[in-house]
Amino acid sequence: MSGGREDFREILRLVRPGTRVLDIGCGEGVLLEMMAQEKNIDGRGLEISPSGVAACLTRGLAVVQGDADRDLADFPTQAFDYAVLSQTLQAVREPRRVLEELLRIAERAVVSFPNFGHWRVRWALLAGGRMPMTGSLPTPWYETQNIHLCTVGDFVDLCDELGVEIEAAGAMAEGQPVREINPRSFMENLRAESAIFLLSRRTRTDGSTPEDRRPAKRASNDLFE
Amino acid sequence: MDAASRSNALMAEIGSLIDTVESGGGVMRFPDTLPLRLEGGGQLVGLEVAYKTYGTLNEDRSNAVLVCHALTGDQYVASPHPTTGKPGWWTQLIGPGRPLDPSRYFIICTNVIGGCMGSTGPSSINPATGQPWGLTFPVITIGDMVRAQVMLMDQMGIASLFAVVGGSMGGMQALQWATEYPERVFSAICIASAPRHTAQNIAFNEVGRQAIMADPDWRGGDYARLGTRPEKGLAVARMAAHITYLSEPALQRKFGRELKKDDVSWGFDADFQIESYLRHQGASFVDRFDANSYLYITRALDYFDLAASHGGVLGEAFRKARNVRFCVLSFTSDWLYPTTESRDIVRALNAAGARASFVEIESDKGHDAFLLHEPIMEAALGGFLSSAAKARGLEP
Repeated sequence: MSGGREDFREILRLVRPGTRVLDIGCGEGVLLEMMAQEKNIDGRGLEISPSGVAACLTRGLAVVQGDADRDLADFPTQAFDYAVLSQTLQAVREPRRVLEELLRIAERAVVSFPNFGHWRVRWALLAGGRMPMTGSLPTPWYETQNIHLCTVGDFVDLCDELGVEIEAAGAMAEGQPVREINPRSFMENLRAESAIFLLSRRTRTDGSTPEDRRPAKRASNDLFE
Repeated sequence: MDAASRSNALMAEIGSLIDTVESGGGVMRFPDTLPLRLEGGGQLVGLEVAYKTYGTLNEDRSNAVLVCHALTGDQYVASPHPTTGKPGWWTQLIGPGRPLDPSRYFIICTNVIGGCMGSTGPSSINPATGQPWGLTFPVITIGDMVRAQVMLMDQMGIASLFAVVGGSMGGMQALQWATEYPERVFSAICIASAPRHTAQNIAFNEVGRQAIMADPDWRGGDYARLGTRPEKGLAVARMAAHITYLSEPALQRKFGRELKKDDVSWGFDADFQIESYLRHQGASFVDRFDANSYLYITRALDYFDLAASHGGVLGEAFRKARNVRFCVLSFTSDWLYPTTESRDIVRALNAAGARASFVEIESDKGHDAFLLHEPIMEAALGGFLSSAAKARGLEP
C-alpha cells in the first residue's frame, strides 16, 4: 500500500529543510531516504514489517518496528516538526486516534489517503453495484487492508471535529502533478482520486496559533507555492 | 560412547578444523597503580582482563568494535573454545562477508570481570592472601565490567569505539557503555536484552544460586582451596537457566514426550529425551564454568537497573547518549528478556531524542535465538553496521 511517486514528491516538497520528521509506515525507507538526501531532514520511521525495518537499517535510517495503532503512544509529545502518514490512514484500526496522535507528536502532519468520494468509486457502486477497484484502490474487497476508507469530505469533517487546521490540501492522480484544491469543494471530492493534506493543530493549550509556532529560523514559507 | 560425548568429540574435531579469524589476544594485567574502582565500594588491584581480537586497528583507530558476552559466554567469540573445542559463540556473525568482517573492523571481545576464562574473578588468586578469592571476592556490577573494558580500551589507545555489540547480558553492557561513555561510543547494538532485571529474572537467578550453595561441595564458596567442585549444584543451576533460554514450542518440537528407551523405567532415570538433554547441558557446563563466577555474574545481572541511577527515569539515562546510534533487537519467543523490555529501551531512547532503531524478530527459538542463525537479525545487524560505518567514514 505504498504511496505512488506523486505522493512522495509532494511530501518531499511540503517538508521544510532541516526539520525533524517521523514517517509512519515508512516501508523500506524510500521516502525517508529521499527527504534525508534532498531536504537534509533528521528522520525517524515506524514500520510494521521486520524485513522493512531491516531494509531501512541498510539505508542508514533510524526506524523502529511497530504499528501506528499501538506504538505512536511511545513517542514523546512535540518531538517532531512533521509526522507523515502516507496512504496508511485508511488501514489503521482507529484513524481518529491516530490523527490525534500525529498532531501530539508533531507540529504538523502530512496525511494522504485514497478518496472514496472519487467519481470512479461512486460510479462502480452506483452503476455496477460492486466494490470499486481503481488506481488508488487496486485490491479486491476481500483482500484489502483498507478498513476505514473515507472521502475527502469525511476527512475534512473529522479535522473540523478534532479542531485540526487544514493548512493545505492537494489532489493526486497517477502520473499527474499534485493540484492544490479547496478540500471543502463538492467537485473536488468527486475529482480527486487520492488526496494529500497538510495539517496542524488549530489551538494549543498555551493559546498560540499555528503562525506563532512556525519556527522563525526557517526561511522558506511556501507550502503550496 | 553415548550420543552426547560423541557429539562433543565431533564438535571438538570440527572446532579444530575451523579456520579462526583471530588476530590476537591474551591477558592484560594492569599495574597496581591502576586499580579498578568498584561500584559497591573498594577496588580490585592487579586487575587482569582476558581478551581476543579479530582484524586490525586502522590508522586513525576508528574501526574498533567491542563485542560483549552473555552470562556464561567468554572472549572466544569467534575462536574455538579451549575446553570444549566448539566454535566461537558468535562465529556466524564474525568473519569475511559477515556483519562483523575482520577485514573492515578491529573486533575485541573481553572476558568480563567476575568471569572464569582469564579475567579477574572469584577463582583468581587474591594477591593479598595468595589464595583463591572465593566469596571474599567483591560483588561486582555490569558497570564494573564495563569500567574494566574501558581500562583495556585505554591501554589499547582506543578513544572511541565504532560499535559496542552484545546480546543478553552483553546488551546490558552495550547500554551501560552508551549511557556512561556516550562520547566514546559511535553506535550501540543491544540484542535480546533488558534495561533492568525483573522479579522473574531475579527469581530464576536465585534458583540457580541456591542450587549451587546447596551443594555440599560448594564449601561456603571455598571449594577451590579445599579441593572440591560443586558440580551437581552448578549443573542444576544451568539446567534451570537453560529452560529459560528456550521456548515451549521449540522444546515441544525438538523433544515432545519422546522417550530415551522403548518404555518408561518406572523410576527416576532420564526417561524423557528432554531430561537427558538437560542433564547433558548441566554436565557439560561444569567442565567450562566456575560455580562462584556463576554466583557473582548472576548477582551483577540482578543489580542491573539502568534507570535507577537516573532518578528512576530510563529516558534520562539516554539523555547524554543522543548522538549514539542505537540498534535494539528482540525475539518474539524470548520470555527471559521479552520484547516489552526492548520496547522500554526504545521508548526511552525516543523520549531522549536518540537515534534508535528497533526490530522484533519472528523466531520460536526463545532467548537463545540471538546465538543462532537468524537471517533477519543478520540482515538488520549488517545493514545497521555498514550504514554506520559509512557515516563514520570507514572503508568498506
